[in-house]
Amino acid sequence: MHLAHRPLVITALCSAVALCAALAGCAPQAEEKRASAGPGATASCTPGKLATQVPGKLTVGTDKPAYAPWFADDEPSNGKGFESAVAYAVAKELGYGRDAVVWQHVPFNSAFAPGAKKFDFDINQVSISEERKKAVAFSSGYYDVRQAVVALKSSKAAKAKSVADLKDVKLGAQVGTTSLDFITDLVKPKEKPAVYQRNDFAKSALKTGQVQAIVVDLPTAFYITGAEVPEAEVVGQFAESPGRPEQFGLVLDRESALTSCVSGAVDTLRKDGTLAGLEKKWLSDAVDAPVLR
Amino acid sequence: MTLHKAPAVEDAYVPSERRIARERYRRGRTRRATAIAAASTLVVGAALFVLITNSPGWARTKETFFSAHYARVAFPQVLEGLWLNLRLLAVCGAAVLVLGLLLAVARTLRGPVFFPLRALATAYTDFFRGLPLIICLLMVVFGVPALRLEGVTTDAVLLGGSALVLTYSAYVAEVFRAGIESVHPSQRAAARSLGLSSGQALRFVVLPQAVRRVVPPLLNDLVSLQKDTGLVSIAGAVDAVYAAQIIASKDFNYTPYVVAGLVFVALTIPMTRLTDWVTARMDRRRAQGGLV
Repeated sequence: MHLAHRPLVITALCSAVALCAALAGCAPQAEEKRASAGPGATASCTPGKLATQVPGKLTVGTDKPAYAPWFADDEPSNGKGFESAVAYAVAKELGYGRDAVVWQHVPFNSAFAPGAKKFDFDINQVSISEERKKAVAFSSGYYDVRQAVVALKSSKAAKAKSVADLKDVKLGAQVGTTSLDFITDLVKPKEKPAVYQRNDFAKSALKTGQVQAIVVDLPTAFYITGAEVPEAEVVGQFAESPGRPEQFGLVLDRESALTSCVSGAVDTLRKDGTLAGLEKKWLSDAVDAPVLR
Repeated sequence: MTLHKAPAVEDAYVPSERRIARERYRRGRTRRATAIAAASTLVVGAALFVLITNSPGWARTKETFFSAHYARVAFPQVLEGLWLNLRLLAVCGAAVLVLGLLLAVARTLRGPVFFPLRALATAYTDFFRGLPLIICLLMVVFGVPALRLEGVTTDAVLLGGSALVLTYSAYVAEVFRAGIESVHPSQRAAARSLGLSSGQALRFVVLPQAVRRVVPPLLNDLVSLQKDTGLVSIAGAVDAVYAAQIIASKDFNYTPYVVAGLVFVALTIPMTRLTDWVTARMDRRRAQGGLV
């Protein structure tokens, strides 16, 4: 009888030990960074001395592959392409030279995960919205974006003159983009839109005729028709949603102490014309597409 | 054991005092073990609850993963996507079983004349079992329409479904083959000696036993197929998981994923119970000496 207790006691002890070990293992992450960049840190945008992930370095995140014309040759660190150039311009404004910028691969889906971030800011054509602001912080917008329709020249979608003409068209877009919102909220097509994980798949589907047209942002649309799918053309762009132009913003952790500094840098770059210059340099052909109303 | 029937029969079994005491003691031990298990489960559960809800990021995690608002938004769209998963599961599941069985039979055919068939079936299972499903899907979904053949569909769901059938029938064929080969050769020999032809022996003696033996792994593959039907979304079709992803990446909230995950779990549990039930029923029939 006495022996019968033993296994129970031993098991109980073992579970208690295992539980304690597990609890110790999941101890909360150290909060020093947040603490050191606490309330007093808002005004201290001292150039080169921000409370970044790695002191003295600025870690910038973006997804892989990095698409043209936002990046060039899938290599964010080469400074070519609009977003790469903007990232380096912002870094310079914050007091970080080219050597102090470190690029991190951050998949789109993990850029908005709660918990510690591995980047100081993320630049990945992310549109600013009120809902998204509940999960992350955004800098000021660095680019005013328009959405555009790309269709094969041979398809009937290429003849569309208005939004209503697109109702009967099988449309496609990438998941997580405002392009998809434009389809579902503005065009409201009869057939459900095809939704792709990546723009690459959307392009394949366009080429093979699985969709008749895809919606992407305007610079991407010109890049696709100019370099990747020459048999397609830009049908037109959507008018801005009234009152609130869509803007791309840099994504920061919601609790990041850098947000105001980064926003300040973007505002400065907009004021002194740097952003306009970069736009002209990297996105120059994104000008004359008829507006679909 | 301790039944006391009213009409006392002369030679009724009366358990000894010792036996009654022993049984009482055993019941007591069982009660005690249950109580301890319950208490320890409660303690562990409470500890986990306290740990999770007191973690510094809990408020944020709750808002991002368990938001009632987004659960309400996501649920109808996830269900709509689930309808696609279910249709794919039904159609592909049936096709996979038929094709898998044919392949397995082709692989186990004897006789030199069947060599090309055997070789083809072997090559098929080797190739499609090795080929990652995602690559098979991409090749079929984007590769087949690129050929621009007349009369071949470009429908993403149909193409994706065929890719699933290609890969899964290779797995299922191997499961069936294992079943067929597990039937003892004496069964075949006995069937042949009774005058059944080779085909009849396969049909009436070998296959019923083989299929019965592999029902659990087959349903395993079916559950796996159920989850993989979502991969068709690579072609642009919106299934339950993808519907969740669309909402999640639009508003940067993960709750829709949790909703979709729970829906799938809720779907898998009845399927698992069904497996158990089917297996139990087959075991009963075998014990009674039913078929063969």
